[in-house]
This record gives sequence, structure tokens and C-alpha cells, in this order.
Amino acid sequence: MTATVPPEDLTLAGATHLPTYDDDAAPAVPRASLGRLSPDERFARIGPWVAALGLAWLITQRLLPLGGLPWFLVVWFGLGLALTATTAAMTGGSTEVRDRVAEAVVAAGAVVVAMVLVTTVYDVVSQGWRPLTHLNFFVDDMSGVGPKDPFTSGGVAHAVAGSLIQLGIALVITLPLGIGTAVFMTEVGGRFARLVRTVVEAMTALPSIVAGLFIYTVLIRALGYPRSGLAAALAIAVMMLPIIARAADVVLRVVPSGLREASLALGASRWRTVWCVVLPTARPGLATAVILGVARGIGETSPVLLTSGAAAFMVTDPTEGAMNSLPLYIFSLVRSGEPTAITRAYGAATVLLALVLVLFVVARLLARPRGAKASLGARLVTRLGQAPSVRRRESGTRPGPATAPTHVPTTGENR
Amino acid sequence: MTTLPLPGADDDVRPRRISRRATGADAVFEHASRAVGASVLVVTGGVGLFLAWQAYPTLERYGWSFFTEVQWQPEADVVGIAAVLTGTAAVALVAMVFAFPLALLTALYISEYAPAGIRSTLVSLVDLMAAIPSIVYGLWGFSLVMPHAAELALWLHRNLGWIPIFDVRGSDPDAAVWDASRYTASAFCAGIAVAAMVMPMSCAVMRQVFSQTPQGEKEAALALGSTRWGMIRTVVLPFGRGGIIGGTMLGLGRALGETIAVFLIVSPAFELKWNVLEIGTSTVSALIAGRFGEASDAQLSALLAAGFVLFLITLVVNTLAAVIVGRSRSGAGTDA
Repeated sequence: MTATVPPEDLTLAGATHLPTYDDDAAPAVPRASLGRLSPDERFARIGPWVAALGLAWLITQRLLPLGGLPWFLVVWFGLGLALTATTAAMTGGSTEVRDRVAEAVVAAGAVVVAMVLVTTVYDVVSQGWRPLTHLNFFVDDMSGVGPKDPFTSGGVAHAVAGSLIQLGIALVITLPLGIGTAVFMTEVGGRFARLVRTVVEAMTALPSIVAGLFIYTVLIRALGYPRSGLAAALAIAVMMLPIIARAADVVLRVVPSGLREASLALGASRWRTVWCVVLPTARPGLATAVILGVARGIGETSPVLLTSGAAAFMVTDPTEGAMNSLPLYIFSLVRSGEPTAITRAYGAATVLLALVLVLFVVARLLARPRGAKASLGARLVTRLGQAPSVRRRESGTRPGPATAPTHVPTTGENR
Repeated sequence: MTTLPLPGADDDVRPRRISRRATGADAVFEHASRAVGASVLVVTGGVGLFLAWQAYPTLERYGWSFFTEVQWQPEADVVGIAAVLTGTAAVALVAMVFAFPLALLTALYISEYAPAGIRSTLVSLVDLMAAIPSIVYGLWGFSLVMPHAAELALWLHRNLGWIPIFDVRGSDPDAAVWDASRYTASAFCAGIAVAAMVMPMSCAVMRQVFSQTPQGEKEAALALGSTRWGMIRTVVLPFGRGGIIGGTMLGLGRALGETIAVFLIVSPAFELKWNVLEIGTSTVSALIAGRFGEASDAQLSALLAAGFVLFLITLVVNTLAAVIVGRSRSGAGTDA
């Protein structure tokens, strides 16, 4: 931001010159970052924790009979808090002490949650990687494979296929109905829509096992239909329908009404407004809502447990009879108590985790606003190639046409 | 030149009739979407009504004793859900004791403390945690947490055993070799696994509400000389109170209905007790998962009645949560 005035103009007295600014030039002096911690402050944040680490080792390993990692972590945390408070009290009053301690506690809470995520993934993968090293685990089914057979025979192909088929059927049912209902509730409205919304919101409270019990009672016990993939798909659909309808409702409700009114004022019909304005605007949020609903549907064991029956072989016809699915496969193997089978179950759980992760990444990619479609690599290249000031300006105006929420909490239970 | 209409000349001119009734394609759209809404109403409402209808014979037959009887022995015609209801409540309460502080702290960290660069990544990670299937958390609780939870339970029993809920009957905490099997497969262990499951959900709701805190008020607090914690305590937490309570109750609703993680971990016992550290408990959903297979029609009706009661409880909890979130200032819609 330097003002450049052409030198020859300086000789002309009496004329008014407007300074021209070169927006792209780098600032003459690097800007001081006011929010950043000074070295002193940074030392006062980190120092207590390093000191506490040493003290905790001394206390748990040398002084007190508190063996084991849990005690070490607890003592470290307690000492870290105490030392943080002491350091803060050396330069400030009780307000600073409370601020520092609160910051440490909040960060520690986040670290604990991160540990939960890491240990969950680590536990499943570390116990289940051995079956994954055999190719047959991905392409074979379990027909003729006993619980004690080695990992060179048997696999999860039938469970993956069953999961995908059941989910596909459930999705064919719930997607049009769920989004259609959301469109009805937000676009048409009225007293009847309020009733539908109340009932749909109430049914999101339905425990998944009760949804399974409902299908089991009606379809299998009362109507005599055999346990099958179709019954399982229906149970998943009963569970997912209110969840997707409600999440989609939340997303559609935050589409700005100005867009809707603009479309209607231009003479578009209601149908065209919904199809060409409302749904595209809400697309990222809808994609997130649907795929997270799907992740919920694919991982839910209890409705499947009651309705599908577990086949050990590949079944592709959902009406034909018992059909396995990944959660059910994991569950039945873990319950068998055989160590080999349990390892196999962990392997299947790794596959299930990977499946959920893929769905999740797809949801995130779909949920990105239209403007930011360039691949990660391409974006990195363009960003690294630009001058710093350009980068800063550009990032301020980046979001483009995205007016809809790009993020929906997993369960859509925000209001 | 301006001409003024003569009085009396437009007596027969009346205002055009304005109708909001949709015509043509709009009418088709309106009726079609109304039909979709009605069909969903029939499907979802039908499930609820069907449960109530199926539960009625059982409730009529056993009357009030259905809620006070501890044993579940359909073959002896003794059926009651007192034990499973207390077990459900115990597991859910243990879960919330762990999940509530973690969810609150994580939501605060993400919305207030985390560097701006990694904030969206953290949000995605929490959402990913919420998408992890409950059976995976069940496996995690079963194999990784349970041994440690048993040690923690022993420590609690040894030091806080005089509080009734931390008592473990039939086990001496000071014995030279502790009886590990008395401390596993308890409501406490199941509660930890369920906490891992419901925590990300509560956290997502809380974070969403915290992120809606008006920026101006936060900056005003900081400009008046407040520390960051002071700003959180006086602006963010009061503003997000509805979200905190609502998110917690939504998590509670999910914790009450959780089946598989509990079914994997607890060893079933029908006993009216609050000793959460002691082996053996049962929840309504674990009861259904364990007993549906061999059930006769009458027993199935009893199971459906239990499921219906569970549904009513989660419904009340969720509705309260929705009302609280909606009432609070933070529930204000974006579409004014």
C-alpha cells in the first residue's frame, strides 16, 4: 500500500493529485501481529507443562507408589494446572489465573476427545489388520468356513454386498420421501405441514431397536414374510426416514427467502423455484444431511439384527431370504467368543470404518460450494504461486455463490 | 392536463379479488408435495400408533405392576420393566457424566480456542466421530476400555465405597488379589462406551450454537478488558445455555436407546440396583435384542410394550430438548 506519485507531476503546482495505490505491492514493513503471543508469554504457557512432565515422572516413578500410565497422566495434568496457575499468578492477578487455568482445562478436554477418536481407530485397526492382508478377505464369503479356520479362507464380500444392497433399497425409499417431505414442510406450509413436522420430529426419537422390532412384528411375525434383506432394508428405512426428513427440513429452512421471492417474482412456477433455486442452493447441506444419515444407517446393528438373519454366503436377491450385513457380521463373530473369529470381526470393523470414512469424505466433497471445485493439488499450486497480498485479498472474497449452510451437524438435531 | 374521475363514475369498480389459491402447475406442485407429506405422516405416525396398539394388551393385563415388577420371566407370567428401566437410566446417566463435560469443553475449544486454520478440520473430525458406527464403539469399550474401567471402578470402590452407588457387593476392595470379574461388564463400563458414542452428537449441537454467538458482543467484552475466559463466561456460555442443555438432552435421548454397545458389554441381570460399578445390569433395548428371538406372540407384545415405554421416554427427553433449544435466544432463525 504505497502511494506513488509520478515525479514529473511534482513540478506542476496548483493541480490536485489523487494518490494512486498499488494494491498488489507488499507492505513496506511487516505487520505486527497483535494477537500473537510474545516469546515470554509463550514460555509461560509451555514451560509449566514441561516442568510438570518431569515432576510427574519423579512423583509417580520415584516417590509415590502410583504405577501405571493412567496415574502418570493424571498427576501430570494436576501438576500442569498448578504450575500454570503459579506462573500466571507471578505476573497477573486472579483474573489471569482463572483465564490460564480455564484455557488449559478446555484444551485438555479436547485432547481427551481426540484420544478417544485415536484409540478407537487404533484399537480396531491394530486388532483387525491381520485378516486384511489376505486378498480373499475382500472377495470371499463365509460359506463352509468354520470359526476356527485360518484367515486364508473366508471373507466379508457377502456382508459388504448385503450392507450396500440393504442401504440402496432404504435410500430409494427414504431419499424421495424425506426430501419431498422437507420441501412440503418448508415450501407449502400451513397447519397440516406443522402436524407433519411435529410427528416427524417426534419419530426421530424412535430407538433403532424399536424400529427393528416394528418391522419384525409386522412383516415377519404377522405377515409371515421370511427374514430377508428387504425386511432389513425396510427397518433401516423406518429408522432413517425421520432423520433425513428432519435434517433436510433444517437445511431448507435456512435458504434465504429473498432467493425464493426473486424467482417467483420473475414468473417462475413454484415447482421451478424449488427445482432450480431452493434445492441447488441447499445442495451442499442436503448432501451432508443425506450422507450422514446413510452413515448412520450402514452402521446401525440393532434393526438388522432383528430382521435380516445372518447368511454365511453371498446373497444378492433381497427378497430371497437371510442376508448378512457388515454390522451383523461383526456382532455375530464377536459373540461367538472364538479368538480367530473375533480377529476376523475386527477386520470387518476396519472395513466398516473405511466405508464410513469414504462416505464421509464424499459428503465433504459434495458439500463444498460450487466455486471451490478445483482439486486440492491444483489449489495448492495456484495458492503457492501467488504473492502474499494477493492471497490475502482473494481469500476474503472466496466463498462465491454459497449462501446455504455447507455444514450440517451429523444428526440434523440443531434448530 | 389532469383529469379527475367524476364521483359516482366508478361505483361499479370493486377491488380485484385476490386469492392465494394455487392454480395450474402450482396446484399440482402443492398437491403432490402434500401427498408426499401425508404419506410420510402415515408411515411414521403409523409406527407410533402401532406400538401403542400392540402395547395396550400387555399394559392392560399386567397393569401398574408392569412398571414395578423387577423380573422378566414370561414363562412364569411375571413381566415387568422396573429393573431394565433403572438399568437404562443408570447406563445413560453414567454416559452423560462422562459425555457432558467432554462435549462442552470440546465445543468451547473448537469455537473459541482452536487456531482458525484447523477449526474446520476439527469440526469434520467431530462429525466423523458421530458417524462412527456404534458397534465400533462397542468393540472399543469391550476390548480396550473395560480392563481400565475395572481398575478405575476398583479405585472408586476402595476410596469412595461409602457412597452407595460406588459400592460393589460381594467384593472386598482391600483384598490382596482383587476380584476383577466383579467390576467388569457393569453399567459403568457400558456407560463409557455409550458416552463415546453420544459425545460427538452433543458436541456438534453445542458448537453450532456457540458459533452463532454475536461477534459484536464477544468483541465488546474483549474491548472492555475481559480475558478470553471472562468473555466466554459472560457472553458465550449465557448465550449458548439453550444449546448446552438441548445438546445434552439429545445425547441423553440417544444414550437411552442405544442397543449394541450395551448388549456387547453388560452381562444381563434383572435386579433393581444403583450399584453402577457392579457386574450385571440390563437395559430395555438390550432386553429386546436378547429376547425377541424365542418370544411367543404374548411375549412379543410385552417386548413391544417395553419398547413403547422406551420410545415415550426418549420422546419426552427429545421434545424437552427441542423446546429448550427453541426457546433460548440462540435458537433464533436465520430467516427473519
